[in-house]
Amino acid sequence: MKIRARKTPPKGARLPKCPTGIQGLDEITDGGLPRGRPTLICGGSGCGKTLLAIEFLVRGARDFGEPGVLMSFEETEAELAANVSSLGFDLAGQVRRKKIVVDYVQIDPGEIQENGEYDLEGLFVRLDYAIKSIGAKRVVLDTLEALFVGLHNEAILRNELRRLFRWLKARGVTAVITAERGREQLTRNGLEEYVSDCVILLDHRVNDQIATRNMRLVKYRGTLHGTNEFPFLIGDTGISVLPITSVGLNHSISNERVATGIPRLDAMLGGRGFFRGSSILLTGTPGTGKTIFAANFAHAACQRNERTLFFSFEESPNQIVRNMHSIGLRLEPAIKKDLLRFHSARPSLYGLEMHLAIMFKEVSTFQPQFVIVDPITSLMDVGTPAECRGMVTRLVDYLKERQITTLFTSLTQAGHALQQSEASMSSLMDSWLLLQDFEGNGERNRVLYVLKARGMAHSNQVREFLISDRGVDLVDAYIGSSGVLTGSARVAQEALERASGLAVQQEAARRKRELGRKRDMLARKISELRSEYETEAMELRRIDEQVGSRSLVLGNERAALGRLRQADVMAPAGTRNGFGHKNTKT
Amino acid sequence: MKTKSDPRPSSPSRKKPSKVWQLRLYVTDKTPKSQTAFSNLKRICESHLKGRYRITVIDLLKHPHLAKGDQILAIPTVVRRLPKPVRTFIGCLSDFDRALVGLDLRAAE
Repeated sequence: MKIRARKTPPKGARLPKCPTGIQGLDEITDGGLPRGRPTLICGGSGCGKTLLAIEFLVRGARDFGEPGVLMSFEETEAELAANVSSLGFDLAGQVRRKKIVVDYVQIDPGEIQENGEYDLEGLFVRLDYAIKSIGAKRVVLDTLEALFVGLHNEAILRNELRRLFRWLKARGVTAVITAERGREQLTRNGLEEYVSDCVILLDHRVNDQIATRNMRLVKYRGTLHGTNEFPFLIGDTGISVLPITSVGLNHSISNERVATGIPRLDAMLGGRGFFRGSSILLTGTPGTGKTIFAANFAHAACQRNERTLFFSFEESPNQIVRNMHSIGLRLEPAIKKDLLRFHSARPSLYGLEMHLAIMFKEVSTFQPQFVIVDPITSLMDVGTPAECRGMVTRLVDYLKERQITTLFTSLTQAGHALQQSEASMSSLMDSWLLLQDFEGNGERNRVLYVLKARGMAHSNQVREFLISDRGVDLVDAYIGSSGVLTGSARVAQEALERASGLAVQQEAARRKRELGRKRDMLARKISELRSEYETEAMELRRIDEQVGSRSLVLGNERAALGRLRQADVMAPAGTRNGFGHKNTKT
Repeated sequence: MKTKSDPRPSSPSRKKPSKVWQLRLYVTDKTPKSQTAFSNLKRICESHLKGRYRITVIDLLKHPHLAKGDQILAIPTVVRRLPKPVRTFIGCLSDFDRALVGLDLRAAE
């Protein structure tokens, strides 16, 4: 995994840093708190000051080998240990292992009487003793302001505080001092005037009944730091700050394509589907089949043995699995093989930041190749549009950085072509598919367009999105002079076309038959003529023969007549005589 | 630890422990403030609790671990361990009247 982008300060003159180990905080502070100097953490009650301080201490002892001292003015050791144990911090264990010393300083204003001059040397002695006992490198003073409640001589107090901070610096310990937020100033008692190195302001505000925690670096001497407010949250692994600057636009990209599970859609996208690691927005009015599309997408990925994480903000996992049966899609095998994981939560369950953090966490533990957010618009109800946009930006950047292909579905209101939020969100997306309803002929039909697909040739055609018990498919919608026809209108149009085609065919066949008949007729005529000719030729021959035979007959008759008349012997008769003669001779 | 138990009324006090005042004075080294506090405390005790008190002076520089027990923050601090309730006074007790009221000695008078 890539190291997150961070600002690079000039090398050499770098302030020594003390890493907090707190997720995100080290990034916005460029490495941690100033080492060997005091840091002030201020904020209203319940905004996580003590927790931040203790996490700094426990992580220091556990992860960085730096023992620490916690001087608490408000809560006892047992109370503190119980408070932070729910966040995964074993304060008591660290105390047992002598990595952390907790010193609870009780100041009971009712029981202390001030009389004459004094100083806070007792506090110094205790702190010094605690630091020495374990060789502490980190010190937390949790709400030093309790002193202002317990002690009334402010002149002495301020003098001693100034001395305390100087003393802490001289000891070289990295100190965290918490302080209550004041009305006019950062802290109620103006502690910020003693801490000049680093001041962190925590804030906890409620918008629309949903609370968001924010962190701001008010001051950090000698370090370039983000001045923005960074949302943070307190989860079961402590504090995590989610700096928007930690993600950027310098992620590597892939040329690999991934199929969508709908071959016709792949064909519309240059034949190969979407780019791996791209973000896809699928918008549609209610009931256009967004979840079905998403489930199909997930199923296709799981078929390729790729992991898919499905964030569902509308339906429970079981409901999705059951509903997909109706289109013949079985998701259980993928779930069993742990290729498909669902994470269902109502959007109103937490604030946006919490949702985001949970999504980050799920992604980092499951390491999916695909993420589906169904629908992203549900989260829009939780925060303001600006917050949502920030959240989606961070989510998209986070996922892109990990080369995770993401499908966001988005619910649009029927009747509105596009919502403002979508138009702004679409700029974050690489591809945008639109599912739409077409109403007419007493029915509604779904169509799908590819609105945009960055970096690939894509079809400009409208396709009808068909959902049947055999799954989903795209078919060509009929586009003609009467517009785009879908559903039964398309079927009717197709029937019409088929009918007219049939007519043409029949016409052709008829003409063919007619021609055949004509040809036959001609052939018949030809044969007739031929037979006529032959008849005539035969007649002619007969005439010839008749003529020949008649002349012979005539000759014979004449010869016979001549014989009868005793005429002179003609040659033929002589011949006959010769024979006769011969015969006579023999 | 320079423990100064006033020796004079030692044995009778054992029988009536409620009558013996146990006072602790926390100091760090022999700073002027500590000295003043000690002499002021002694004066009060001598004038109002003669023979019925014991002052323990604890130098936190030598025994820093003892600071936690009595929740010591400020120096000098006087803790009245007995009689109950425990009372804590910080400062060098320069205001006698106030100290007397605080120690319930004015009422006791």
